[in-house]
Amino acid sequence: MLNVDEIRKDFPILDREIHGKPLVYFDNAATSQTPQQVIDVIVVYYSKYNANIHRGVHTLSQEATDLYEQARIKIQKHFNAKHSHEIIMTSGTTHGINLVASGFTAFLKKGDEIIISALEHHSNIVPWQMLCERTGAQLKVIPINQEGELILSEYNKLLSEKTKLVFVNHISNALGTINPIETIIEKAHQVGAAVLVDGAQACPHLVPDVQDLNVDFYVASAHKICGPTGVGMLYGKDEWLQKLPPYQGGGEMIAEVTFEKTTYADLPHKFEAGTPNICGGIAFGAALDYMNAIGFDAIAAYENELLEYATEELSAIDGLKIYGTSEHKTSVISFNLEGIHPYDIGTILDKMGIAVRTGHHCAQPIMDFYKIPGTVRASFAFYNTKKEIDALVSAVNKAKMMLS
Amino acid sequence: MTISEIKNDIIEEFAMFDDWEERYQYMIDLGKTLPLIDEQYKTDENIIKGCQSKVWVHANLENDKVVFTADSDAIITKGIIAILIRVFSNQQPKDIIEADTDFIDAIGLKEHLSPTRANGLVSMIKQLKLYAIAYQTQLN
Repeated sequence: MLNVDEIRKDFPILDREIHGKPLVYFDNAATSQTPQQVIDVIVVYYSKYNANIHRGVHTLSQEATDLYEQARIKIQKHFNAKHSHEIIMTSGTTHGINLVASGFTAFLKKGDEIIISALEHHSNIVPWQMLCERTGAQLKVIPINQEGELILSEYNKLLSEKTKLVFVNHISNALGTINPIETIIEKAHQVGAAVLVDGAQACPHLVPDVQDLNVDFYVASAHKICGPTGVGMLYGKDEWLQKLPPYQGGGEMIAEVTFEKTTYADLPHKFEAGTPNICGGIAFGAALDYMNAIGFDAIAAYENELLEYATEELSAIDGLKIYGTSEHKTSVISFNLEGIHPYDIGTILDKMGIAVRTGHHCAQPIMDFYKIPGTVRASFAFYNTKKEIDALVSAVNKAKMMLS
Repeated sequence: MTISEIKNDIIEEFAMFDDWEERYQYMIDLGKTLPLIDEQYKTDENIIKGCQSKVWVHANLENDKVVFTADSDAIITKGIIAILIRVFSNQQPKDIIEADTDFIDAIGLKEHLSPTRANGLVSMIKQLKLYAIAYQTQLN
C-alpha cells in the first residue's frame, strides 16, 4: 500500500494554489510533477559537478561523465536491456522516433509498407509520413473499435512480406488503452518486420522488459516519469543499432575525422552527437530510482483504484460520456458533457484550480473517429487522491450547471 | 459610440461582478444569446487557425465602417467574441487598427490573452485588425 500523504510531501508543487484554490493536478499524461529528490539532484549537479563529459581529463569532467554513464546503466537495468550501449540518450520520445524513422530511409524502397495504429499521437504519425515520402513506402493503419482498442484481426490482414516496420504506442495518450504489444511484436516478427514501441504513456505505470517483449526499438520520455523535460531514451537491439546509420553529425559521434572520411564512434555515441542534456540524463536516472523505491506494482494498483473510483463517480453525472472504455487501460479518463464544448469545461475547471487537458490531445484521427472536436482528459498519478477526484466531480457538475 | 467609449462601458459593467463566477456566467450568457454570424459564412476559409475551439469571422464594409460577425462552437469563446465585436464592429478601419486591447486585462480576462490558452483570442484580434488594414487600403 502507498502512503499517499507522505508521497505528496515529496512534491512541493502540490502545495500551490491556483486562483485561490488548492491545485488539483490531473494532467499527468502530459507531464508528471517532479519530486524534491529529483530537484535536489539537479541542484547538486549544477552546484558541484557541472562539466562537459566524455572528453575532459580533469576531475570534474570525469565525475560528471561517471554520473551520466551511471544514469545510462540505471536506465538499462530498469528496462532490462542486455547492454548499456543499447540505451541511446535522446531529448525525448519524439527525438527517438525521428532517429529511427530517419535511419530506416536506408532500408526502405518503393512498395514496402509501414504499419502504424489509429491510436497514435501526431508526433507518431508525421515522421512515418515523411519517411514514406522519402522512400515511396506506404503507410497502413490498424483501425480501432468503439471501445478504443486496436482491432487485431485487421492488423493481421495488414501484415505481409512487404511490411518492414510496425509502430504502435504501448498505451494511448488520448484514451489510456493498453495495447497488446506482445502479440503485435510477435506477429510482426513472423513476417520479418521490425517493431518500434512508443512507451511515453506506459512508463509512468509499468516497467517494460525489452528483452522479454523482444521489441526492436522502445522509446520513452523522462518528464512523464517524474524526471525533467528535454531528456528521454531510445532502446534499440544491438544488431539494429549497428545497422542504423547515424542521425545527426557532430562532436561525440565520431571516431576519426579527416576531410576525406569520417569513421563513426561506437554505440551508443554514434547516435549522441553534440553535448547531451547531462543534468537531465542524471536526473532521469534519479527519477527512476525514486519511482522504483515506491514500487511500480504499488503505483499501478493505487492508480487503478483511482481510475475505478473516478470512472464510477464521473459516470454518475447525467450526460457525461467517457471515451476509451477498454478493460485494459491506465488511469486516464477522456470525457465530454453532452452539448458542451470540452474547451468550456476546461476553462471552468481551471478557475476551480483543477488542471486537465482539453482538445484533441494531438490525436486528431481518434477524435475524427468518435466525431467529436476533442475531449476533457483527466489523468491520474500515484500522488493524486480520491478527495481530489471528488473536487473534480463537483467542479464538473458546476461547469455543467454554468454552461447548460 | 467610439471604441474607447464602448471599452469604458464594458469595464464598468464588469466592475459590478464580485468574482470569476459572475464574470464567466455573464460571458456565457452573452455567448448563448447573441446570434453572431450568418450560417453561409461559417466556411473553412473564415475559420481562424490556432484555436482549440472553432472560430469563424466574417467582415464587411458598410458606409466606410467595418461590420464584423463571428461565431464559435465553444460558448465561453463565443462570449469573448461578443465582447470583441461590440468593441470593434461598426467602426472605421483606422480606429480599429489603432485600438489597443488593454480593456481585456481590466475586465479580468487577461489569461485569455496568453498564447497557451489556445483559445485564439490573440489570433482573433489579429484577424479583426487584418480585415481593418485591408479595408483601410481599399478606402485610400
